[in-house]
Amino acid sequence: MVSIQNLHKQFGALKVLNGLELDIMEKGIIAVLGPNGSGKTTLIKSLLGMVVPDKGEISIAGSNIRKRWNYRQEIDYLPQIANFPGNLKVQELITMIKDLRGKPAREKELIEYFRLQPFLDKKLNKLSGGTQQKVNLVLCFMFDSQLVILDEPTSGLDPVALLQLRNLLQEEKEKGKTILITSHIMNFVEEVADRIVFLLEGKIYFDGTVSEIKSSTGQPDFEHAIAKLLSEDHV
Amino acid sequence: MKKIIPVLLMLFYFTTRAQVVEVCPTCEVSSIQKAIDLADNGDTIKIAKGTYREQEIKIIDKSLHLLGEGYPVIDAQFKGTALTVRAENFSLEGLKIINIGTSHTSDHAAILVSGSKNFRIENNRLENIFFGILVEKSSHGVISRNQISSKAVSQAKSGNGIHMWNCSDLTVSNNIVKSVRDGIYLEFSKNCTITNNLCEGNLRYGLHFMFADNNKYLDNTFDNNGAGVAVMYSKFIEMQRNLFRKNWGPASYGLLLKEINDAELKNNIFEDNTIAISADNTNRINYINNEFRGNGYAVRIRGACYKNVFTANSFIANSFDVSYTGNINENEFSRNYWSEYTGYDLDKDGIGDVPYRPVKLFSYLVNRTPEAIILLRSMFIGLLDFSEKVSPVFTPAELTDDYPQMKKIKW
Amino acid sequence: MFKILKYSFFDLTRSSWSYVYFFFYLLLGSVLLFLNNDLSTAIITLMNVIIMIVPLIGTIFGVMYYYNSREFTQLLLAQPVRRSSIFLGQYFGVAISLSLSLILGLGIPFAAYGLFKSSAIWDFSMLLVTGLFLTLIFSALAFNIALSHENKIKGFGYAILLWLFLAVIYDGIFLLSLVYFQDYPLDKFSLAASMFNPIDLSRILILLKLDISALLSYTGAVFKQFFGTPVGTLASLGMLFLWVILPLFRLKRVVGKKDF
Repeated sequence: MVSIQNLHKQFGALKVLNGLELDIMEKGIIAVLGPNGSGKTTLIKSLLGMVVPDKGEISIAGSNIRKRWNYRQEIDYLPQIANFPGNLKVQELITMIKDLRGKPAREKELIEYFRLQPFLDKKLNKLSGGTQQKVNLVLCFMFDSQLVILDEPTSGLDPVALLQLRNLLQEEKEKGKTILITSHIMNFVEEVADRIVFLLEGKIYFDGTVSEIKSSTGQPDFEHAIAKLLSEDHV
Repeated sequence: MKKIIPVLLMLFYFTTRAQVVEVCPTCEVSSIQKAIDLADNGDTIKIAKGTYREQEIKIIDKSLHLLGEGYPVIDAQFKGTALTVRAENFSLEGLKIINIGTSHTSDHAAILVSGSKNFRIENNRLENIFFGILVEKSSHGVISRNQISSKAVSQAKSGNGIHMWNCSDLTVSNNIVKSVRDGIYLEFSKNCTITNNLCEGNLRYGLHFMFADNNKYLDNTFDNNGAGVAVMYSKFIEMQRNLFRKNWGPASYGLLLKEINDAELKNNIFEDNTIAISADNTNRINYINNEFRGNGYAVRIRGACYKNVFTANSFIANSFDVSYTGNINENEFSRNYWSEYTGYDLDKDGIGDVPYRPVKLFSYLVNRTPEAIILLRSMFIGLLDFSEKVSPVFTPAELTDDYPQMKKIKW
Repeated sequence: MFKILKYSFFDLTRSSWSYVYFFFYLLLGSVLLFLNNDLSTAIITLMNVIIMIVPLIGTIFGVMYYYNSREFTQLLLAQPVRRSSIFLGQYFGVAISLSLSLILGLGIPFAAYGLFKSSAIWDFSMLLVTGLFLTLIFSALAFNIALSHENKIKGFGYAILLWLFLAVIYDGIFLLSLVYFQDYPLDKFSLAASMFNPIDLSRILILLKLDISALLSYTGAVFKQFFGTPVGTLASLGMLFLWVILPLFRLKRVVGKKDF
């Protein structure tokens, strides 16, 4: 599905990605973790073509993405809600994204699922953070693409909504999708992720399942295991 | 006998007076010259419609009245002057004279009037001519309602529409003069009145005075000439209610004044001229109630001008209101309306409380560096003019209108 | 691109700024015409407005819109849309909305005044045409500047500086060099110098409609032969067109390489 080879990216003097290699062939949920500044967002933006890598190749579904744009037709992306245009109404936003994609969408079903009907005529910046995130989720999942990239999907969600999201992810996974997630909520990652990719200093520092992390660090608790990973680095 | 002589005289007078000679291409008298030769003092010659290929027709010392019916055409076929008159009490009316050839040695005209008195030249049409009506050493004549036109291309190869040399007491009115060199020209002539004429598209000047004192021109329109009116080396010229329009081009003026003393300009309108008035060496000129609108320069005062007084004129939307070379020289601007005036009138007396400076720094700059004109109305020039207005350095500081009017002057 | 243009445009029609500009022009046009009651002075004042305010508004609005729509841009970048389409679409959205404010704002009072029946229609259309060009040019320049500076304050600063340079400083340098080198033939130089600044060029195009007489009287042949003829007018318009196209090309090139 996704194949990344020798990916380099530097912003000024700061090396963000440093020869990163990653292959994701399988279906399921892959969590990309790492401390702040480890290159998670740059990696995701590279996949989406928002960041142009200095060196290296990315191919998605077998073809190189360099200087192309229509491959994004087959990717569902959930950006962080901080980056949302505030002066549009929810319904307008949905209609606009549908119009841009020119693809059938299942937004009705998802609106129902997240109970967003009362908010359709409201402007985005009038909504609470959690509701905004739900709208964001609708926009992301409504196209049913095989590759889904979620940047901090849990932010702002209350426990009920978090549960809804988890169920949704489960459903989507069962449809055979590949779902890439970044998150800081370790509980959530532990529960949903099939595979953990841990980034540090622009490289993959650890790649394996939750239990593999636990066993390799000797920590029974996932959060501690991650902390251990980080502290080992500093030793 | 003593009683009979006056009766006989009267009889003689009446019989001669009543005589009419008729000319037509198919009549017994088919040539105008022949009719003139046949006619006696006081006779009328009626010229019927048709074409008469004649030139050098001469009326010498006979008081005749030539009257064309339906504009008979006198075609001079480019050979010399069509009609020459030296007489008193004559009139020429309703003629159409065409095809006067140009010459470098003599001034061929459609009508040449020489050493005459008490004449009327009315309602004639002169086309394709060299000189139109050439009047010399004559007086007390009326030239009116004539239409004169030609196809002047170069100044050297064209003549003037109505040309007066050494004349006095002539009235030139209601004529239309187009596409000649000078529309109306006066040299060494005095006491002439030029009124209600239209001079349009003439190569050099619409109206031209040279060494011609004590004349007046009123209610004329000068449209699209090389320059509207040129008044040179003359005194006591009265200029009123004329319209100067669209006289533009690299060397065009509405009104060019050169070495003029003691004149008055009143109620004239200057519209869309390159330079509405250019004054060079002029003294004691009063400019009253004129309107300057949309000209490049409204008034350009060159050197050696003394006591030119501008009162109650309206300056509207000109690129430059006043361009000034030299010292203030008792020239004066007062109580004019300036559309660019930005001052205020707190006491509501209709007079701005701050003096207006009609000369801008930019016009000074353009005088020195002509190419700078390309920066006309740019913001930088605006700032420059503003700072100069606040504290004059380059422009004459005393050149101000201390009583600028808040509203356009009505008259 | 047209979809983006459409959304940017609708987005802007809801922005109160578009209406502020519209009413500004409307007020200006009405005040000039109905209070002044003199068409020739009104058109001259309008020219000053067009060569000063229109570029300024284009610049500020362009920069402002670019920075304000960064989130929208982010959202679009992840969509299957060509990058250049996003930015060109947004650019034309801004340019068209500004142009509409200008045309309607000035056009309505002028139409109400009965201008379309008068001979001033050509002067007025020249005003509008150059106004449109200046809007297109300066919002394109503003987009370029904003694109190259992530920092809003810096972006605004440079944009205003660019406006100041083209509107004022350029002419100052121009004038100084004219005065300094006045002993040399300068007509070709001044012709070229005025071609390279869109504000100067627009000003001259309008002046040719209004003040042609003053221009002709002094500097003579070269200006007349150039700007006065249809060829000169076309060349000037072509130059203005280049001023629109070149920044857009740069925009397209930079956008292709930039990281978001």
